[in-house]
Amino acid sequence: MSDVNREQPDHFAFDEISEAEIAKILVKYPPERKASGSLPLLYVAQKQMGRQTGSAWVPVVAMDRIAERLEIAPIRVYEVATFYFMFNTKPIGRYHLQVCTTTSCWLRGSDDVVSACKKAAGVKHFGDTSDDGLFTLSEVECLGACSNAPILQVDDDYYEDLDGPRTEALIEALRRGERPEPGPTIDRMTSAPAGGRKVLLETAHEDSGSGQG
Amino acid sequence: MLSDKDRIFTNLYGQNDWHLAGARARGDWNDTKAILEKGRDGIVAEMKASGLRGRGGAGFPTGLKWSFMPKGEGPLPRYLVINGDESEPGTCKDREILRHEPHKLIESALIASFAMGAHAAYIYVRGEFYNEARHLQIAVDEAYEAGLIGKNAAGTGWDFDFYIHRGAGAYICGEETALLESLEGKKGQPRMKPPFPAGAGLYGCPTTVNNVESIAVASTILRRGGAWFSGLGRPNNAGSKLMAISGHVNTPCVFEEELGVPLKEIIEKHGGGVRGGWDNLLAVIPGGCSVPLLPKDICETVLMDYDSLRAERSGLGTACMIVMDKSTDIIQAIARFSKFFKHESCGQCTPCREGTGWMMRVMNRMVEGRAEIEEIDMLEQVTRQVEGHTICALGDAAAWPIQGLIRHFRPLMEERIQTYKRLHGGGVQVQVPAGTPVVTLAAE
Repeated sequence: MSDVNREQPDHFAFDEISEAEIAKILVKYPPERKASGSLPLLYVAQKQMGRQTGSAWVPVVAMDRIAERLEIAPIRVYEVATFYFMFNTKPIGRYHLQVCTTTSCWLRGSDDVVSACKKAAGVKHFGDTSDDGLFTLSEVECLGACSNAPILQVDDDYYEDLDGPRTEALIEALRRGERPEPGPTIDRMTSAPAGGRKVLLETAHEDSGSGQG
Repeated sequence: MLSDKDRIFTNLYGQNDWHLAGARARGDWNDTKAILEKGRDGIVAEMKASGLRGRGGAGFPTGLKWSFMPKGEGPLPRYLVINGDESEPGTCKDREILRHEPHKLIESALIASFAMGAHAAYIYVRGEFYNEARHLQIAVDEAYEAGLIGKNAAGTGWDFDFYIHRGAGAYICGEETALLESLEGKKGQPRMKPPFPAGAGLYGCPTTVNNVESIAVASTILRRGGAWFSGLGRPNNAGSKLMAISGHVNTPCVFEEELGVPLKEIIEKHGGGVRGGWDNLLAVIPGGCSVPLLPKDICETVLMDYDSLRAERSGLGTACMIVMDKSTDIIQAIARFSKFFKHESCGQCTPCREGTGWMMRVMNRMVEGRAEIEEIDMLEQVTRQVEGHTICALGDAAAWPIQGLIRHFRPLMEERIQTYKRLHGGGVQVQVPAGTPVVTLAAE
C-alpha cells in the first residue's frame, strides 16, 4: 500500500453509465459555473471504479479527466478530493464498513460494533483492508442517525440499532454475497420509538388537519 | 404538549406513502397557487408573524432573513440554498424530512424561492445521506412530471427549478458560507462575513441559506396562518419543532414537539424515560454537541426552547438531545467531541486548527487523569482564546462543550487527576494549586 505510484492506473475514461450521469449533473449548474460539478463528478468516478474493479476509489488520472471536463486546473480537483472524507484516494475493499464512534453511538455501544467488525471482517485497525480484499474498516464521525445508534454504514446503506452479534451476522451475510435490507436491525419502524409510535397514531389520510386548517 | 392535529410532519416515520400521491393526500401541493397569490410581501409578513426561528441551531428569525434579500428585480439571479448537511453529533431530524416528507420540502422551497425572487433552489444534502437524497430526487422527478415545479410551477406563473447537490463528509459544510464554497466546487472553507450571502452568496449572487426544517414548515404555516404557529410554544419561542433523543433512554426516537415543554417531560414521554429511572440521569446535552451540557438538577426544571436554555448558559441548538446516565464517563463523552472537532476543523484559522488539536490532546489526558489540577484552568483559558477568534463558529462549538464540562463537573476532573497521581506514585510531583493549604493534600 505504501507505493502510491504502483496502485495508480495510468488510464481512466468515463464509461457510458457515467457519461449519462454527468450529463444529468452538469445541467444543474450555470454553464460558466461548471466547477460546481467537482464533487458530483468525483462520486461518478468513484462509483465507476467500484463497478469496474470492485474497489470504489478515485485515482489521480480520474481527477485529471474531471478537471478537463470541468475546465479547471487539476489541482482544484486534487484539493477537493483530499479535503472531503468520502472520496477514497487509495483502493479500498469491496465493502466499505464505516462505523460511527461519535458520542451518541458510543453511548449505545459502538465499541462493540467496532470489535465485531474487526473480528468478523478480519482487520486489525481502522483504515485497514482485510487480506481477502473484501472489507475496509473506517472510523467515521457522526452519521446523523443518532436515534438509531449505533450505526454501521456499509457503502451507501445505514444499518441501525446494532450490537456486536448482529454486526457479526451482517458482515457474514455480506461475505456470502447477500445484501440485508438496510435500516433498523431490531423490530422498529425507522426512527419511531421501539415498541410502537407514541404520536401520529391516526392514519394520515384521515387527518384533515395537517394540510389546511 | 403537541397534539396530533397540530403536527406539521404527519409522515415523520414514513408510516404512509412518501411519494406524491401520499403527500397530496396529506394536503401538500393543495392549491399552492393560492399561497403565492399572497404576494412576496404577504408571504414574508406571514412568516414574520409566525415567529418561526431558524431550525438549524442559530435560531435567527426566518421571516426576517427572507426580507434581507434585495427588493425588486436585479441584474443578478437569486438563489435559495437549503442546508441539509445535518452533521451535528446527536442530530438526526432533517433526515426524516428528506426521506419521508420530501414533497413538503419541495413545495415549501417553491414558496420560499418565490418570496425571495429566486427561480432556483439548491439543496445541499450531506454525502452520507445517499438513500435520503435518492428519495428526494424521486420526489423532485415526480414534482417536475406533475408540473408542480419547472416552468410555470404549479400553475403559478413562476418558473422554479430544484436541484440536489450532495456533500462528501465534511461537517464544516453545514456552515453556510462553507456550504456555498462547496456548492461552487471548492474545499468547504468558510468565507469572511460581510459580505453576507443575502448580498453576495452563491456565485456572488444574492442568496438565502436556510435549514431543511425551517423551509419545510413554511407551506403548513402559510396554509394554517402565522397566528396558528405563534400560538404554539412560548413568546419568542414559537411553534413546534422536530426533536430527537439519543443515548441512555429506553426508547430513542425522533418526534415533533411544541417548544417550551419541560425537558423532563419530553424525556419521559418520547424517550420512555432515562435508562434505570430518572434518578439515574447524569446529564443531558440539549441540542447537538456544540451546546454545553446540563447536569441533572437543571434538567429537572428547564424548558426546551431557545430562551430557557440560553438562560442556563446552554442552547436549544438543533433540539436533538443526548441523554447520559450515571454509567457514563462524562469526561470521555466530551473528549470524544473534542476529537470530532479536531477531525472536522477545516484548517483555515490558526486558533481553530491548532486549538482543536490541543484541546483534544489535553482532554484525552483529562480522561485518564494524567494532568495537573491547574491544567483545568489552562484548558478553560485556551477555550476562551479559540472562542470568538475564528472566521466561523466551529471554534466556538469546539470550546463550549469543554466549558460546560468544567463548569458542571470540575470536581470530577480534579478527583480523577488525584486518583491518577495516587495510583502512579505522583505524590512527590503534585503541584499545589495556589491558595490550597498543603496540609489538605498531604492528608489524602
